[in-house]
Amino acid sequence: MNQRGIKDRGGDRIFNIVNYTILLLFLLAVAYPLIYVVSASLSDPRAVISGKMWLWPVDITFEGYKAVFRNPKIVTGFRNSLFYTVSGTIISVILTLLAAYPLSRRDLKGRGIIMGLFLFTMLFNGGLIPTYLTVRSLGIINTPFAMILPAALSVYQVIITRTFFQTTIPDELLEAAHLDGSSDFRFVRDNVIPLSMPIIAVNALLYAVGQWNSFFNALIYLTNQSLFPLQLILREILIQNQMDMTNFGDVAQQMQRQNLQDLLKYALIVVASLPVLIIYPFVQKHFVRGVMIGSLKG
Amino acid sequence: MQILPSGTPGATTTSSTATATIHRATTASPAATSPATATPARSLPDISTVKRSPRLASFRRTWQLYAMLALPMLWLVIFQYIPMWGVQIAFRDYKARGGFAGLWSAEWIGLDNFDRFFNSYNFWPILQNTLVLNVYSLVAGFPLPIVLALALNYVTRIWFKKTVQMVSYAPHFISTVVIVGMILQLLSLNGIFNQFLGIFGIDPIAFMSKPEYFKSIYVWSGVWQSVGFSCIIYLAALAGIDPSLHEAAILDGANKLQRMRDIDLPGILPVAAILLILNMGTLLSSGFEKIILMQNPLNISASEVIDTYVYNVGLASQVPQFSYATAIGLFKSVIGLILLLSVNWIARRFRAASLF
Repeated sequence: MNQRGIKDRGGDRIFNIVNYTILLLFLLAVAYPLIYVVSASLSDPRAVISGKMWLWPVDITFEGYKAVFRNPKIVTGFRNSLFYTVSGTIISVILTLLAAYPLSRRDLKGRGIIMGLFLFTMLFNGGLIPTYLTVRSLGIINTPFAMILPAALSVYQVIITRTFFQTTIPDELLEAAHLDGSSDFRFVRDNVIPLSMPIIAVNALLYAVGQWNSFFNALIYLTNQSLFPLQLILREILIQNQMDMTNFGDVAQQMQRQNLQDLLKYALIVVASLPVLIIYPFVQKHFVRGVMIGSLKG
Repeated sequence: MQILPSGTPGATTTSSTATATIHRATTASPAATSPATATPARSLPDISTVKRSPRLASFRRTWQLYAMLALPMLWLVIFQYIPMWGVQIAFRDYKARGGFAGLWSAEWIGLDNFDRFFNSYNFWPILQNTLVLNVYSLVAGFPLPIVLALALNYVTRIWFKKTVQMVSYAPHFISTVVIVGMILQLLSLNGIFNQFLGIFGIDPIAFMSKPEYFKSIYVWSGVWQSVGFSCIIYLAALAGIDPSLHEAAILDGANKLQRMRDIDLPGILPVAAILLILNMGTLLSSGFEKIILMQNPLNISASEVIDTYVYNVGLASQVPQFSYATAIGLFKSVIGLILLLSVNWIARRFRAASLF
């Protein structure tokens, strides 16, 4: 796109300087809050409050992280989230493949109607209360199923997967397989799935991140503390505690507690985002690919 | 991300059927060994079934595809269509506590719930909050990814481009709970933002308890989180622009700013138009999870939107009003659908870009 070989003229030099400056400022604006939170989680809370810590950690301490991992609620939440994410992702990926492959086949009778049934749910849905009542009548409230089943399928992902199949699995392959007497089941298992690893990766990542980060289904479907995913515990500690910090008591002691609480919050923010952010640089290209396939027409 | 889903499908179906027909026509001629290939409905010949009745044969050939669809369809019916059927409680006086049991006996009350909502003193403030919040988000959040993509497109140093992309995509993957947690920490009375204001002698401000700041905090934190990821689609569109246009422009002596304005910007306009249409369709319903988390009793006058109101009267309240909340939700869905369809219609009339 850009012509490295061609020498920039005067006007273009100014353009480049302005362009790089804008992007650099943008980069700093995005990165600063992230760096600040990580640094605050490692610094003495007094340095954070006084403003001595504004970029890199000051008086490094790991008390915040120790407090995070000592907290039984957080540990349970972490374990629950891991379970919901792994099992939910497996179920979702399988369901998505099962829906997307037949819909990619031109010889499927009624394909238009079935596709329409899927697409219509993107334009209109029952809404919060009817969905909640449905889940309640299924009797899965307060069970792990409530975390996995209602969010098991994303119609958007069915569509990008279907598009992928349509554009990458050649018809000749299917014809050859049929001539060899291969059934559709066998064709999917032996031919489609091995060819579809990129889209399976995209699906798995999107579902996994969605499940790991979701809190609202847990909020409405779960009341049993021992089933809470991490995000719900985070909500309790990071957001709801905001209100009840004004406990009466010894001022010095309260300051101390308040400091530790702030430190714990910063550490918790880091710990909760870490699983996603650690794998993120390695899988970034898959997410980008997901967007690309999604934007592809036909 | 959220914007794309509902849009592309429509486009996908129409254009893919078109390409399908063309494709079929081309593949049929070399494989004209079987008569079945001539009719479009049965493009894939299966020797074993050619002699039997066509409908039965077609099912024999594809029953496994329907078997694969069984589970996803079951999910679709249970978690999408049964709730849609349940929307009728908006028109009934439904009070039962056990799922949908008791729905049949619930009395029809017609549009009473809607009447009650339109006449409630909450109606106008809530509608206003919903619209202002979403329009503000759109105005602030829509142009920035375009600007970012245009700027990135002229970066020749690959490592710099990669760094900007890497860092700016990252916030997209942080959960809403954590984002709101960060907002609360950074904007707290002794947080970094108030420390910064302190340098200029401004007294600490309790941002989260002041309704007048709520919308800006919501919108700009959203921009911070999404601008990088939203620009991916524009970068893809820019990569699709014919390089010979740029070469010709350079020969004609156009500078980078002119090329950006006259080649790149028109090149990504169709994509921008489609995304704008999609955004209009969600004008009443975006950001619910984040608003619910940012909401507190002190800022509720600015933060109560239709979706949060449905949640607050329908599920969070001590006396859940299922029918009333469903009616409000239905009102929102219908308006959203009308908005999407009409914006799409207008776009089709005046420009080539449309979804359906």
